[in-house]
This record gives sequence, C-alpha cells and structure tokens, in this order.
Amino acid sequence: MTIPADVLAPLAQPARRQPSRRNLELVLLVFAWGIGLLGCLQVSWANGEDPTSQLWIAAGVVGALALAMHAAIRWRARYADPFLLPVTTLLTTLGLVMIYRIDVAAVKRAILNGNPVPTPAAYAQLTWFAIATALFIAVLVLLRDHRLLQRYTYTCGLVGLVLLVLPLAPFIGTTVNGATLWVRIGGQSFQPAEIAKILLTIFFAGYLVEKRDSLALVRTKFLGIGLPRLKDLGPILIAWLVSLGVLIFQHDLGTSLLFFGLFVCMLYVATQRRSWLILGAILFVIGAVGAYYAFGHVRLRVTVWIDPWAYADDQGYQIVQSLFGLANGGILGAGLGQGFPNLVPFASTDFIVAALGEELGLTGLMVLLLLYAIVVERGLRAAVGVRDSFGQLLAVGLAITMALQVFVIIGGVTRLIPLTGLTTPFLSYGGSSLIANWVIVALLLRISDRARRPEAIVVSPDDAVTQVVRRP
Amino acid sequence: MNRPIRRIGLVLGVLLVALLVNITIIQVVLANDYRDRPGNQRVLLEEYHRERGPILVGANPVARSKETGDTLRYLRVYSNGPLYAPVTGFYSLVYGSTGLERTENRILTGRSDLLVVDRIDQLFAGEQPKGGAVSTTIDARAQKAAFDGLQGKRGSVVAIEPSTGRILASVQSPSFDPNKLSSHDPAEIRAYYASLEADPDKPLLNRPIVSLNPPGSTFKLVTAAAALASGRFTPDSVIPGPRTYQLPDSTHKIRNWNGQSCGPGDLVTLRQALAISCNTAFAWLGNELGDDALRAQAELMGFDTSFEIPLRAATSRYPEDPDAPQTAMTAIGQFDVRATSLQMAMVASAIANNGVLMNPYLVQEVRGPDLAILQTTAPSEFETAMTPLYASQLTDMMVNVVENGTGSNARIPGVRVAGKTGTAQTGNDNPAVAWFVAFAPATSPQVAVAVTVEDAGAPEVSGNQLAAPIAKAVIQAILRR
Repeated sequence: MTIPADVLAPLAQPARRQPSRRNLELVLLVFAWGIGLLGCLQVSWANGEDPTSQLWIAAGVVGALALAMHAAIRWRARYADPFLLPVTTLLTTLGLVMIYRIDVAAVKRAILNGNPVPTPAAYAQLTWFAIATALFIAVLVLLRDHRLLQRYTYTCGLVGLVLLVLPLAPFIGTTVNGATLWVRIGGQSFQPAEIAKILLTIFFAGYLVEKRDSLALVRTKFLGIGLPRLKDLGPILIAWLVSLGVLIFQHDLGTSLLFFGLFVCMLYVATQRRSWLILGAILFVIGAVGAYYAFGHVRLRVTVWIDPWAYADDQGYQIVQSLFGLANGGILGAGLGQGFPNLVPFASTDFIVAALGEELGLTGLMVLLLLYAIVVERGLRAAVGVRDSFGQLLAVGLAITMALQVFVIIGGVTRLIPLTGLTTPFLSYGGSSLIANWVIVALLLRISDRARRPEAIVVSPDDAVTQVVRRP
Repeated sequence: MNRPIRRIGLVLGVLLVALLVNITIIQVVLANDYRDRPGNQRVLLEEYHRERGPILVGANPVARSKETGDTLRYLRVYSNGPLYAPVTGFYSLVYGSTGLERTENRILTGRSDLLVVDRIDQLFAGEQPKGGAVSTTIDARAQKAAFDGLQGKRGSVVAIEPSTGRILASVQSPSFDPNKLSSHDPAEIRAYYASLEADPDKPLLNRPIVSLNPPGSTFKLVTAAAALASGRFTPDSVIPGPRTYQLPDSTHKIRNWNGQSCGPGDLVTLRQALAISCNTAFAWLGNELGDDALRAQAELMGFDTSFEIPLRAATSRYPEDPDAPQTAMTAIGQFDVRATSLQMAMVASAIANNGVLMNPYLVQEVRGPDLAILQTTAPSEFETAMTPLYASQLTDMMVNVVENGTGSNARIPGVRVAGKTGTAQTGNDNPAVAWFVAFAPATSPQVAVAVTVEDAGAPEVSGNQLAAPIAKAVIQAILRR
C-alpha cells in the first residue's frame, strides 16, 4: 500500500506547538508576591508603624528568589506545570508574613517588658527560603530527567533509612518537646525526617516499579478478597516495623503515620490491588491499638483529643488555645496583626495554621487548603500525564506525602484527629521542612515538564504506516 | 496506573472536605460557644487590646488608656479619680463598668455607628480599632470648687447651665478612686471594692444623681411657684405666718425653726415668708393650694420623671396620695417628698431660665479617635415650668433670700445671687440634711447649683452655714469671680 505524498506531508511537520504557559506562571507569580507584600504592609500598619526599609528589602528578596526560580524553569523545564511555582510561592510568602507578624508581637512585648529583644525568625526563614531556592534551581539544572533517580533507588532507600534513625544517634541527636526528631551539628539543627521523606519516596517508586508484577500476583482468595503471596508480604511488614520503630524510639507519631500511609498508597497505585490497602489498614489498626495500650504518650494524645477541655491548663493547653484562636478568627478573621496568635504555643511552627486561622479567618484557611489542594492536584496530574512508571509513582508519592502531611498536621491543629507534631509544608518556620518541600516542588515540576513536553514526531516510513491519518 | 491515581485523588479530596467541614464547624458553628468558654482570655484581651477613647473635661482627658507591657495591653487611668468618679465611673475587670464608661461604652470602644468611617479607615490601614472620645459638659473649675467645698463631708453638688441643661459639675463625697477598680490586678480590685462596700458612707453610690433626700425648705420654691401659678397670690400677698400652725384634720402642729411668729400680727408677705423660710406660712399655703396644684408644679419641674443624662438618675418623688396634713407637710419639703441634688438644681435652673426647664445632660460631644467632632448634643426643653413673669418674680424673691434672708453666706460682691436654704429631717434619729439651691447672676443666670450636705447638724441655719458657701464657691468658679 502506498501512501500518497499529500497525506504524509502534514505529518512530517513538527507537532502543533504546545503552549509552555510560562507567561501565565510569571503573572501568577507577581500576583502571589503582591499578596505577600500587602500582608507585610498590613502587619506594619496594624503595629502602628510605617513599613521599615528592611521590610521592603525582604519583599525584594522574595521577589528576586521567585523570579530566579521562574527563570530556572524557563531555562530547564520549559513545559513544566505553570501553577505549582506560584501556588507554593504564595504559601511560602504567607508563612513568612505570619512568622514576621509573630516576631513583631514578640519584639513589642519584649520591649514593653524591658526584656532583651528576641532575634526575628522571619529573616532566618528568609535565609532558608534562599537556600531552598538554590536547591530548587540545582535540582532543575542538574537533574535533566527524573528517570536518572531510578538508578539510585537503593542508595536513596539506605540513606533515607539512616536519616530517619539519625536523631537516635549519640551526640548529634536532640530531643525537643519529647520527640527525638532533630539532629544538631555544630549549632545548626535540622530534621532529617524531612529529607528522608523525599529519599524514601524515590526508593518506594524505584522499588515498586521493579517488584510490582510479583506484588500484584494474587495467590489465594479470602472472603472474596485476593490476598498477596506470603513471601511478598515482606516489604509492607518492613515498612510497618520501621514506622512503629519511629513511633517507639523517636516518639514521633506524625512521621510514623506519614511513612506508613505513603508506602501503602504507593503500593496500591503500583499494583492496583485493593488488597494492599485492606492489609495496610489492618496493620495500621493493629499498630494504632497496640501503641495506644503500650505507650503513655500515644494514650495521652488520644485522651486529650477526645476531651481537650478537661486538660485545658496542661496537656490540652495547645489545642485548646488553638481552638480559641480559630473561634476568635471567625469567618473573616481578626485581621493580620490584630489577633493574639502568640497565645498559642509554637505559633510559628506546628500551630501556624491556628495563627493564620485566627487572623485570616475561615476564608483564609479555606484559601490555604485549596492552595494545598492545587499543589496535590497538579502533582497527581503530572503523574497521570507522564509516561514512565517510575515517574508516575514518584509524582504520586510526592503528592501523597504533601497531602498526608497537610491532613495530619491541620487535622491535628483543628482537632479533627489527634494532634501529632508535623510541620506545615511551606508555612511553618524551619529550614529542613522548607527546603524539603521546595525540592519536592522541583521534582514535581521536572516530572510535569516531561509529561507536558511535546514529543517531536519523527516520521520514518515504517512508522508512517501506523500513524493515524486524518481524513482529507 | 491512572485508575488508582484517580482513586487516590478522590480519597485525598474526601480528606480535604473533612478538613473544610471541620474548620467551618469550629469557626462558624461552635465559635460563639468557644468564645464563652471559661479560660478563653481572648474576649477580654480583645477589649483591653483596643485603645479605649478618653473621657474629656475641656481638653483634659480625665480617663484615658495607657499602653502597658501587660497581656492586657491597655490600662485605664484616671488623672483625678475621686474628683471625677461620679462622672467617669470605673472600668473594671471584675465588676464591669459604671458612669460614662458604661453608658458611652460603644463610643469609647469604637463600636458605635458614629465611628463607622474611622473604622473603615482603620480596616484599610490594618490598624487596631481605636475608640472615640467623649467630651463632657463638666467645667473643671466648678467641679474642683464643689469637691473642695465638701471637704470630705458626706454630700453632693450638681451645677447646671440653666439655658442649656449642660451639667457643669457633679460631685460627691466621699468618693472613690476608679484607678484602683480599673487596675489589672483582680485581687487588688476585689479588696478595694469590698472596703468601699463596707463603708457606711457608701462611696460607690453616685450621690449627686441617685441619693434621695427630703428637700426641706428648698421645696418651698416649688410651693411658691405653685402659689404664683394659681393666680391667687403675688410676692406681696399677705398670708398667715403664726408661731405654730395646726395641721388640718390632725392634732399635730408645725412650728417655725426659731419658734417665733413670722411677722407682726402673725402675718407675712409671700416674699418675706420665703426670705425667712417661714414654715407655718408655707404649710398654710400648701393646704390652700392643695395636693393637685403642688404635684402639677413639682412634676413640671422634673419630679416623678426618670432622667438619663445619660447616666440614669434616681426619680425624685412627689408623694403618691397625701391627705391634707401630709400635703401641708409636703409643701415645706417634709413628709415623703424626696429629691436628688440634680433635681433641686433643675428647680433652680427652671426659675433661672425664665421658667423653661432644659433636660440636663453630661455629654457635650462625641469625637472620633482624631478628636474630630462627630456629634454634638443639642439642648432640649423638658417643660415650661412657669411663665416668665412668675419666674422673674420668684427670682426676685430668691435674691431677697440671699440679700436679706437666710441665705447670707451665698452673697458675692457685685453679683446678685438668687438662693434658698433648706434643712430637712430624714427621720427621728437621723441627722439633718442641709441644702442650698441657688443661681447667678440673677439677671442673666449662667449657673444653677444645688448642694446637699447629708450629715449636717440640726438647725435651719445649717443650710446657710454648710451648703451656701459651697454653692457660692461653685458660682464664683463659673463666673470667674
């Protein structure tokens, strides 16, 4: 069969030019920056002073960092998702504004009481944001193709595990507020679990791509549910035990929950077997019930969750103050700089959502949750769009990490579930968390770039035969 | 793998909805419940976090909010607490608030609709809402003169500008220090409050406007006004003024204070009867005029009406249904007639203002946080209590009291002062109440004043001795003499 030349001719053209949407990204980015700037100005005004030059410089730095990331995307990930960067920049900026606002309150009180003025946390956080930006750009520039990561599957797994247990190591491990999550090296402390989160997601993705065929095999049926073979139960049991280990030895309920949830979800996506979800749920229940009876700190969390009012002055103080703050915010919020977020302990870290909920109200919190929803949705969209299984699993994993972390911490702060100590992505004060989440964004952008990139169509005569031909 | 990804997305969506529903429940449905929970400091902090507006006397803030390093950001301070306590009241963590602090709360906190423009400005500037200011009608000099005049004696003073009803002074003794009730230390507040409660002199009572006393001879102004209004008497009418007066339908007799007859032949002119405060003549007059005429005149002068200045004043009472002897007693300010200092100042002010009684008020202006005037109280008439002719006749009679009669201590060189003394028995064993009611200058009155000294000694002269000098000092303060 011969193909007429006039049929072939249009196919030989490069594919229709896919819009890169970079200009949309830029506009949204400017918008996000503007919202952050307005927030800062409002905090200054509410404080009864004119914006300082430092504030303008800080706003300029944030703008420059965002532009640098935008430029990096234009350069190295032209077709990446246009919404991820503006949304995460907005979240980071809102976090900075709230941290600055809490600084202002702390400084003011210190001056009035004649105490030494505390170091503002906002500038430290801004420095972390700069470092996060550098890493973000490094990831985009150095990692031209996410599939390269698949080569380091087991390295990532090992390093991730080591990082996870690192806080237990002598000399460098530090216990803060009862949870051993910190590593202190030369005066600088960080939370290795945040980095471990990424490395283990890479590991899970690589590992599951390799093993999913055998893991998807169904050997026996029990009560109409296909069960995996016994010898394939190893990985999920190991993940379960590691999670329990984190809970037992580091007293870190949040991280423990996050890892196990992440692993089970990725297992399900890789194998498409609901039995893994059911098995995961059963293990979760066993672990949760066991932990409840075995460990006082878990039991306390649950007791306080059920009736925080009975513990309003001691163990329930944080959550009760958080609820009071949220109630004070109401629908429209007290206004930036006009609430009392500093009445809630850890207002700039674990409870930053309570602080935002008080001053920006239900409206602000809904916007916040929807921003997270956009990040997660864009992550899942990248997963659906990309063609390789590793990329799919990695994107799903990263999106799920983000979603679970947001759910666990915000759910905890708002008493939907028992409170566990996790950072709020992009918002909370803290370097490890901010850097880790920006690396996640870089990876998602890399994958989405691959997903949306138009493939140049190379027409070989053989291929041409199998092309779909438009009717003239 | 797209199907499980979509399913996971769906599950995450459910989690999102759960979070959204949960925060909606907390911030909308349960918010008020949480706000009212014990241990929630935010509601209180919210109130103490705003800069409460000042209460002004002239340009001087007598109550203002001062920033502290405390969790309660603003502390209410009173620059001259006991002096202005009957006006400002207090603003307490434990006992709520009183006085203008209470009645003008919406303005002071900035919640009043008058301040809506300022609030919108503050909203856009992201500023903490500031309260508006309340300018009082109080004249600092008059207030000070009255306070100093009482010298710690139990009593009260009210001064009014007759042409407007502006309250120029409202003073009590003993007073209290609102600073101590408005502190941020609940234990200190409770202890101080308990000591005030235990004080038999009741310093917390807003004496000028709520302490009801028999007005004694000052009520003869009302009786005289009723007599003139009846058309049967003029100041020169001659009426009986014997040594004693036999009450109708009764075995009781009324005596004059000095036990003497009021004039030759037991006859006396109305003018002279007022000047020497002749009891028998006024009791006879009361009996002649009757209950209805006296009551009508009293009510035209503010008795039996509750005034809000905007502080709620006690209602001064004309007795409900007096029989003949009781009416005669009422005519000389005894029996069950009761009046506040504010009420008797209003009686004087009605006579001073050509018979027109203006509603008394304490708030001159409401101002924004920038002190721009938002609202000015317009003077309003309460009632025309008598015709201008009778008012001027009564004025002459009152001037005569000061110049030739019992009110000699209120004389001011170069100023014609109109006045009336009074002393009342509050009960068999209770000490007498000394009164002085006055206004000046008689021709164009600028101030009407009533002074009550509650634990005065016995005789009639005590009104002149104890109360008249205070009234004189207040008049001098206003007239700058």
